[in-house]
Amino acid sequence: MMEKNKDLPTPHPFMANSAEASFNEMLKVAEVTDIDELFAQIPKDHIFKGDWNFDPQIPSEAALYKHLTRILRKNSSAEENLNFLGAGCWQHYVPAICDEMVTRTEFLTPVWGTPSSDHGRNQVWFEFQSQIGELVGMEFVGLPLYSFGTAGGHAIRMAARINRRSKVLVQSSIDPERLAVFKTYCGYPELDGYLEIVMVETDAKTGRINLDDLKAKISKDVSSLYFDNPNYLGVIESEAKEIAKIAHDAGAEVIIGVDPISLGVLPSPSEYGADIVVGTTQPLGVHMNAGGGVGGFIATRDDEKYAHEYPTLQVSLTGTSEPGEMAFGLTLFEQSSYGSREHGKDWTGNSVYLWTVANATYMSLLGPNGFAEIGKTILQRSHYAAKKIAEIPGISVTWPSGFFKEFVVNFDGTKKKVSEINKSLLSKKIFGGKDLSGDFPHLGQSALYCVTEIHTLEDLDSLVSALKEVTK
Amino acid sequence: MIKSKIRKYHAPVWDEPLVMQMGQSGRRGSIAPKTESKIADTVGNALDLLPAGMKRANPLNLPELSEFEVQRHYLHLSQQTLGMMGISLFGTCTMKYNPRVNERIVYQPFVAEMHPHQDPETMQGILEVVNRFDHLLRKLSGLDKFVFQAGGGADAAYTQACMTRAYHASRGELEQRNEIITTAQAHPCNPATAAAAGFKIITLPLEDDGFPSVEALKAVVSNRTAALMVNNPDDIGIYNPHIKEWVKIVHDAGGLCFYDHANFNGVMTRIRAADIGFDACMYMLHKTFGGPKGGGGPAVGAYGCNEKLIPFLAGPTVETSADGSFYLKEGGEHSVGRIREFLGNIPTVIRAYSWTRSMGIEGLRDAANISVLANNYMEKRLLEIPGITKGMPDVKGRRLEMTRYSLGELTADTGVSCLDVQNRMTDYGVDAYWLSHEPWFIPEPFTPEAGELWSVEDIDYWIDVLETVCNEARTNPELVKTSPHNQVVHKQNSTNLSDPAKWATTWRAYKRKYGVTN
Repeated sequence: MMEKNKDLPTPHPFMANSAEASFNEMLKVAEVTDIDELFAQIPKDHIFKGDWNFDPQIPSEAALYKHLTRILRKNSSAEENLNFLGAGCWQHYVPAICDEMVTRTEFLTPVWGTPSSDHGRNQVWFEFQSQIGELVGMEFVGLPLYSFGTAGGHAIRMAARINRRSKVLVQSSIDPERLAVFKTYCGYPELDGYLEIVMVETDAKTGRINLDDLKAKISKDVSSLYFDNPNYLGVIESEAKEIAKIAHDAGAEVIIGVDPISLGVLPSPSEYGADIVVGTTQPLGVHMNAGGGVGGFIATRDDEKYAHEYPTLQVSLTGTSEPGEMAFGLTLFEQSSYGSREHGKDWTGNSVYLWTVANATYMSLLGPNGFAEIGKTILQRSHYAAKKIAEIPGISVTWPSGFFKEFVVNFDGTKKKVSEINKSLLSKKIFGGKDLSGDFPHLGQSALYCVTEIHTLEDLDSLVSALKEVTK
Repeated sequence: MIKSKIRKYHAPVWDEPLVMQMGQSGRRGSIAPKTESKIADTVGNALDLLPAGMKRANPLNLPELSEFEVQRHYLHLSQQTLGMMGISLFGTCTMKYNPRVNERIVYQPFVAEMHPHQDPETMQGILEVVNRFDHLLRKLSGLDKFVFQAGGGADAAYTQACMTRAYHASRGELEQRNEIITTAQAHPCNPATAAAAGFKIITLPLEDDGFPSVEALKAVVSNRTAALMVNNPDDIGIYNPHIKEWVKIVHDAGGLCFYDHANFNGVMTRIRAADIGFDACMYMLHKTFGGPKGGGGPAVGAYGCNEKLIPFLAGPTVETSADGSFYLKEGGEHSVGRIREFLGNIPTVIRAYSWTRSMGIEGLRDAANISVLANNYMEKRLLEIPGITKGMPDVKGRRLEMTRYSLGELTADTGVSCLDVQNRMTDYGVDAYWLSHEPWFIPEPFTPEAGELWSVEDIDYWIDVLETVCNEARTNPELVKTSPHNQVVHKQNSTNLSDPAKWATTWRAYKRKYGVTN
C-alpha cells in the first residue's frame, strides 16, 4: 500500500485515472514519487505560485446544466420572436435528421483516422463536395472553409497566384462584414503579396453592378472580379454574363459568391461565367448559432491551374487493394500548409468539417425537387412581404423586383430611424431587418429584410401590421 | 509484455453506395412549406419573379430519396467511422471526453436559433458566457483580454500575424519589420499563416537538446523582427527552459512574442503566458478545453493578448456596461477589422466554459498531472517493445504530456512502416495514432498522447495492440503491410490521388473521367 500522495486527484467523471487506484498504479510503474519531478524540465521561476481566485468547480452535471441554462435563458431567440434578420446568417428550417447526424458521437468527437477506419466520414465529405459541385456546376470542390468571407478571401488570393496581378474589383453592395474579411486577406501595402481592393459602384436605380463603372475600372492589372449573386442587398445580378465577359476580356478571373439555397431556381454560376465559385454552407442544414453556424466552400473547374492553388484539403474517390472497392483519400495534400509549411498555399487547419455532415444530409433530403420548391417558396414569400410593406405610407422597397430572399426597405418617408423602428418592433417580439444606415448611408434609413420558407402568411401579415403601427 | 486479452473486432461493413447512386426519380426526402394561396395570388408564379436569363434551365442532378433512406444512409456512414469508439491517443490533439450535456445545452433555441445581428439586449446570455469565459482564460494566462473569432488554432495564429501587422503599421515600422521568427518544431500553421499575412519566415533549427539555441535566435533577431511565434512545450514533450530569455531578446529588438499554447494540457495551472513575458497566446477550445473536434471543426482558437495589443483586436468584442449588462463594441482605428465573420463559434465557447467550470482549477491541475503522468507511464512500457525508440533520445529527463517515438528500427528489421502499423492497429478497433508534423526529424514517427480521459486499462490495451502488431511485423510482415483486414474497406490505393487525369473530388468528375453512367 502506497502512502497517500499530496497530488492524488479528486475523482471526476471526465477522468478515469483520477481514481486513486489508477493514479497510484501509474505512479508505481512510472517510478514517480512526487508529481513535481515530472515537471523538472520547467525552471522554478516559470511556475505560477499565486492565488487563482477561480470560479468554483461544478462537477455535478445537474448543477452545471442549471448554471448554464440559467444564464443562457436570458437570451431571446429567433424562435421565440419573429425574425427578419439575414445579412450573412440566415434562418432556415433545419431538418431533425441533420441535427441527429451532427450529434452522432462518431462524427462529433474524433479527429482523424485512417482512410479505412474513417471511411464513413470520408464518404460524407465526398458527398458534400459532390453535391456542392452539382449545385454550382463545378467539378472540383474542396473541403469547407471557416466562412463565406474566408472562402472569398482565399479565392481572391488563388486568383492572384494564378495571374500574378495585384488589383481586385469588388461590387460595392457587398456585405461589409465579408468585405472586412477580404481586406484582412488582401494584406498591407508595406508587405509582400498585397492586393489592392477597388470597389465597383452599384447602380442606384437597379441595385446591380454599374457596368459603366466596371468598364472604367477593369484593366490588365485586375487579377479578379468578385461579386455575389444575389448580392448582399438581395438583388439578382441579372447581367452577370456580361459582367463576367468584361472581366474575362481583360484577362481577370471571375469569382462569384452564392447562397446555395437559391440554386434550385437560379442557374449555376458556372453557366454565366464563374471561374471560381465560393459561398456559404450555413443555410444547408446548420443552425445560425449566433454566427457560429457559418461555413464556406470553394469550387472550380477540374483544371490543374485552379486545383494547384487550393488552400484546402479535399478528398478524392479512389480504390483499394480489393478490386472494385471504393475508398477516399486526400488529394494535393503536399500543397497544403500541413505538407509545405510557409511554402504551402496559404494555410489550412481545423475548419467546419462537422457541418459537411449536416450539409450532405440536407442536400440529400432536398434533392432536385426540394431545392426547386424551397427556392420558389422563398421567392413568393419574400416578394409578398416586399409588396405589402411597400404599401405602408412612408415606407418603400428600394428595388421591388428581381431579388431573392432579401430586400431593402426604406423608411425615409416615416421620418423615423431604423434603430427606433427596430426597438419598437422588438417590443412586439419582432426582430426587424438589419440596419443599413451605418454601412450604406446613401440608402438613407434603410434595413435589409430577410424572408425565408419559415415565414408563413400570418407571420408576414403580422410584420406588416406591426410596421404600420410603429411608423404611424 | 502483453497484459490484456486481445479482443475480437471487426468494423461494420455496409458496403454503402454513394448517396448519388441511390434512390429513384420522384422520391422526396423533404417538402418545403406550401405557399398560401393568398401569397400566390398576390405575387403570381414564382419563376416569373426571376429576371430574364436568370431561371435555372437544367434540373439539379441530386439524389432523390425518402427521408428514412437519407437517415439510414448517414447512420450507416457514422457506423463506418471508428470515431473514437475505440481508443484514440492521437497526439497533439488532446483527445478528451466531450461532455454530452453540452450538446443538450447548445442545441436548444437559446443558442442554436440566435442570430448574430440581434439586439444585444436579446443576447445577454451568450454575451455573459463569452465574458465569463474570457475572464477564466485571463486568470489561466495572466493576459488581459480574450476573443473567440478565430475558427481554429491556425486561424488564431493568423490572428496573431494580422495583429503583428497592425501593431507595427501603427508605429510606422511595418515596412522594416517584415520578418517572423519561428522554430522547426512549431506547428506548420505558424509559418504558414505568417507567410500568408505577407511576412518573411525565419525558421530556427533544433539543437541536440531538443530546441534551438539562444545564440541562433540572437543571430537572426534584428530591427527587421516583427514577431516570434513558438510552441512550448513542443510535440516531443520538451520544454525550452530559455524561453524567458528568448522573449526578452525579441522584445528588446522591438518584436512581439506569441505563445502557441497548443500543448497547454500538460502545463495547465503551472505556466501562464504573461508570466513568461508573452504578449499574446492561443488556446484551442476544441482540444484543451473539452470542445468536440467534429473531425476538423467547428473549432475555436481563443486568442488572448496584453493591454498593449488590445487596441488591435478584431471586432466586435464583448464589453461590460456600468450597469453590469453586456454590449458589443466595434474595433477602433487600429483594429485588424475582421479575421472571420461574426463572434466566432459560440456553441464551442459555451461548451468550453461549461467544461472549465465542471473541472474547476483543481480539476485542471489534476488533468495536467494525470496527462503528464500517463505519458511517463506509457514510456516505460513502450520502450520495452523491441523496435521502438524514443525521439530525441539524448534529451534526458521526464517528458511532458506527449513524447514522439520512432518505429525506425522495426522498419529496418522488417520493412513494416509506421503507416502499416497504424493501419494494422485499426484492425483491433484502435483509432489511428498521430505520426508527426512536417518536417519529420525522426524516422517512422508516432506521437501518442494519453491525456486525462483514457483509463489505465485503455492505455494498456493500446500498448498491447501496438506490441501485438510489432510482433506480427516480425513473424508475418505481409499481414501488416497489406492491412487493414478487419476494417470498413481495405488498404487505400493512393496512386490516383495526385494524377490530374484520375483524381476526382466530385462524383461528376469521377463519372466523366472513368466513363461511369449514373
